[in-house]
Amino acid sequence: MNIAIVNCGSGNLGSALKAFVHLGANAALRDRPEDLDAADALVIPGQGQFGDVMNGLRQRNLVEPIRNAAKAGKPVFGICIGLHLFFEGSEESPGLAGLGLLKGSVRLFQGSAFGAGGGLKVPHMGWNALKLTREHPCMRGLEGKFVYFVHSYYAAPAQPDDAVAWSTYGQVFCAAAGTGNVFGVQFHPEKSQHDGIRILRNFLEWKP
Amino acid sequence: MLAKRIIPCLDVKGGRVVKGVNFEGLKDAGDPVEIAARYDAQGADEICFLDITASHEGRGTILDVVERTAAQCFCPLTVGGGITSVEDIRRLLRAGADKVSINSAAVKDPDLIAQASKAFGAQCIVLAIDAKLWAPLRAHGMPGHADSEEGTPALCKALGMNVPEMLKWMGAMRKRMDTLPPVPTRDPTKSSVDLAHLGKRWHVFIHGGRVDTGLDAVEWARLGVALGAGEILLTSMDADGTKAGYDLKLTRAVAESVDVPVIASGGAGTLEHLADALTKGCADAALAASIFHYGTYTLAQAREFLKSRGITVREIEP
Repeated sequence: MNIAIVNCGSGNLGSALKAFVHLGANAALRDRPEDLDAADALVIPGQGQFGDVMNGLRQRNLVEPIRNAAKAGKPVFGICIGLHLFFEGSEESPGLAGLGLLKGSVRLFQGSAFGAGGGLKVPHMGWNALKLTREHPCMRGLEGKFVYFVHSYYAAPAQPDDAVAWSTYGQVFCAAAGTGNVFGVQFHPEKSQHDGIRILRNFLEWKP
Repeated sequence: MLAKRIIPCLDVKGGRVVKGVNFEGLKDAGDPVEIAARYDAQGADEICFLDITASHEGRGTILDVVERTAAQCFCPLTVGGGITSVEDIRRLLRAGADKVSINSAAVKDPDLIAQASKAFGAQCIVLAIDAKLWAPLRAHGMPGHADSEEGTPALCKALGMNVPEMLKWMGAMRKRMDTLPPVPTRDPTKSSVDLAHLGKRWHVFIHGGRVDTGLDAVEWARLGVALGAGEILLTSMDADGTKAGYDLKLTRAVAESVDVPVIASGGAGTLEHLADALTKGCADAALAASIFHYGTYTLAQAREFLKSRGITVREIEP
């Protein structure tokens, strides 16, 4: 399987690539539309600001190739900001449309539990436990496991069935979501040691 | 619920792991990549490399160490030591670091924090602070340090400034700290520290903790966060290497003054010390070196102990 790790100019792409290479996958960083078209599966990883990354995809003409891959039934996997991009928009970049592969938007952790008054720090950074809401091939064996999160915004799927896993930080929030061949996680499997690597392995075996 | 983190720290010099007592008397403890892999296998929540290579020429070795570690360790990797520019940070992140910690360079030029945070995101910019109890307080029965340098000549030398430049720097720092918003009022039932009376207790030291900057550690932490630091790595120079426990008062004073995670560092000698830092010290993570390097405790033992104290830690299957 030829996996394209989509290079949208965001940081931390190397970690995802290294993890897939470690698993013996045929993966490479790609930023040309034709390379995405030629891939069997796409991974959209990384950290960054919603608007910057979305604009990075636009500038490289990668928006349509990602949408086409999703339509064609190829596995499309988003990590952190990659999951956010699947949605229709984000409070991080008001007015800017996301990829729209999943219904809903991305919201900021805010309210009385957060910041100086409530004591919960934003970004939510560190290891937190997963609670699966439904079975998903990519999340096999992950119930109750701790994975590594670094984020200030979280996805809010409009369709409850799209949520795959939840975690809790001052509130319950979506830790993984997907529909059909599109799947994304809020945390960093490439930084979540054994359990994270298991998700990547699950993804490689996934036949949506 | 977010787990508290246990972070083994590897002091790396010229490509080898060393750990000193009060930053002196370094002992060779092995190959950093091998040791990092061992900690990764034990389930370290994060691994920290601190490059203490003195010479500029030796700096390249840490990039190689980071790159080789990142190819086989799939946990967050923080790298600090000798970082002076946005370009240094870019190189480390490219090599595979997830976060970088900045220390002396940020004191010299606080805008480096802002620039780095804007370029790479606050989540990967850690402000490392070496703090030591202010000398007059140490004189009152507090542990003292014969090796520290105080006064204008030492500070000028460490900052690479002449006296007028240093005074200008000091004035600019004062101005920035004076314009910080007041420390937010927290739930009084959660706090046992009266922050209003803490002023000027701990000073920020630079250059491996040798030179007193005169800056207040709590204020500097707050300024660093205001400029864009996403985390504070707080080392007590008084406690470091003593194995007598973290400086809990310092840790708590900083942790309750900033709204980013604080990593307690310096002084861990027992598992009880780790638990204290995460509860009494209000730290989000505890960093330790020798207790893990010399096999005194494994990370699994540390996790088990913290769990028995009711602290949320990561559950890992053996």
